Amino acid sequence: MVKRTKKRAGWHFLANPARFMRFSRVIFPWVAGLSVLTIVAGLVLGLGVVPPDYQQGDAYRIMFVHVPSAWMGLFIYGVMAVSSAVGFIWRHPLADLVAKSSAPIGACFTFICLFTGSLWGEPMWGTWWVWDARLTSMLVLLFLYLGYIALHAAYQDPTKGARAAGILALVGVINLPIVKYSVNWWNTLHQPATISKIDAPSIDPTMAAPLMLMIVGFMAYYATVLIIRLRAEIASRRIRNLRLAQVGA
Amino acid sequence: MSIFLTIVRRDIGLAVRGGIGSLVAVVFFIIAVALFPLGVGPELNLLTRIAPGVLWVCALLATMLSLDSLFREDYEDGNLEQIALGVLPLEAVVLAKALAHWITTGLPLILCAPVLAVMLNMSTNGFAVLMLSLLIGTPILSLIGTVGAALTVSLRRGGVLIALLVLPLSVPVLIFGVGAVEGAIFGLGARSPLMILAAGLVAALVLAPVASAAALKMALE
Repeated sequence: MVKRTKKRAGWHFLANPARFMRFSRVIFPWVAGLSVLTIVAGLVLGLGVVPPDYQQGDAYRIMFVHVPSAWMGLFIYGVMAVSSAVGFIWRHPLADLVAKSSAPIGACFTFICLFTGSLWGEPMWGTWWVWDARLTSMLVLLFLYLGYIALHAAYQDPTKGARAAGILALVGVINLPIVKYSVNWWNTLHQPATISKIDAPSIDPTMAAPLMLMIVGFMAYYATVLIIRLRAEIASRRIRNLRLAQVGA
Repeated sequence: MSIFLTIVRRDIGLAVRGGIGSLVAVVFFIIAVALFPLGVGPELNLLTRIAPGVLWVCALLATMLSLDSLFREDYEDGNLEQIALGVLPLEAVVLAKALAHWITTGLPLILCAPVLAVMLNMSTNGFAVLMLSLLIGTPILSLIGTVGAALTVSLRRGGVLIALLVLPLSVPVLIFGVGAVEGAIFGLGARSPLMILAAGLVAALVLAPVASAAALKMALE
């Protein structure tokens, strides 16, 4: 939430790439440091200090990676949709770049979520994959990410690619809740609850602390990687313009 | 309105004059369905069990097959630009094209479906709902398809990309389509999935042309 308000305040301020370059240089060490600190602290606490679960033993510890990455997978798609809309409506140049640069990060988080979920599922449910509603909708989310990346890459002209992919991201964000809902409905119809997730209705505060640390850490990591990618995008665009100017002259 | 109908009539005419080419989707549908017994074995109980899903998945894939040509030829020979310059808003043009696409691919699929359902030994109390669910569902697929086709129209090799863009978006249609048929077969009632499908059709009628028109405008720039 804090992040979004900050972004809104800097919305027009950051539209100028040169200003963004200066701004990002200042905040980069802070977010990078924050992400390293919180992820290390979260991992040490989560893997070493927190006691094992009375039902799941040590296997539950994969949660400290799994849950934040599931969260990030969804969050980043939201960021992509919002920045695509901003880019589409106001032709904000940086918003398009944010959407483009976020897509591979979000796809990676979604993949990590599915992968760790599968590793978790094997000892817990006795199988690597179940067509559980959540798993299935995360899988569809991964496909949406891949479609976005592929469409963006297919365009020679990056501004056209950004607009086409932006339309797709917006269509996807309308569709995503429908997919989620329909998959829930499908699952309850088809699958008897033979394999139900072991519920942890109230999470122990000792376990919640590393989880929160990991979520903050993953957020900061996203910001860090996003800044690196944005700076690279802006630099490559500048090189492209310089080359074009040279050819023109 | 007359321009709308002209576009529909023209697109249908073009498809019909293509001869066997216009039947590709249906032929694909039949062949794809016929592959399932070869793949999973001819055991009738198993086929009865999977028939609704197989028919719906194959209908989905068959609809996808002809999407690439939805705008491409008109885009390449400049017709689309002429149509866009006309009085009819691009959103309505998209609707007309989607309607023509549905009449030439969706409708034949619906007519073929019961025959294939017999071949898969599907329970007979699902037949009416199968056709009804396809009748409501395939227009949604055509409409979602226009978005994929419009987004890839200016790309030289858009064909494969369309499937990647459109298939994840059509997951809900598949779920509720099959849900309706199975609801009818197992006596759970097909009413609610059919109504949700109908709601999806209304939403797609409103939203898909807007997205497609935005994509086409970008392609025509």
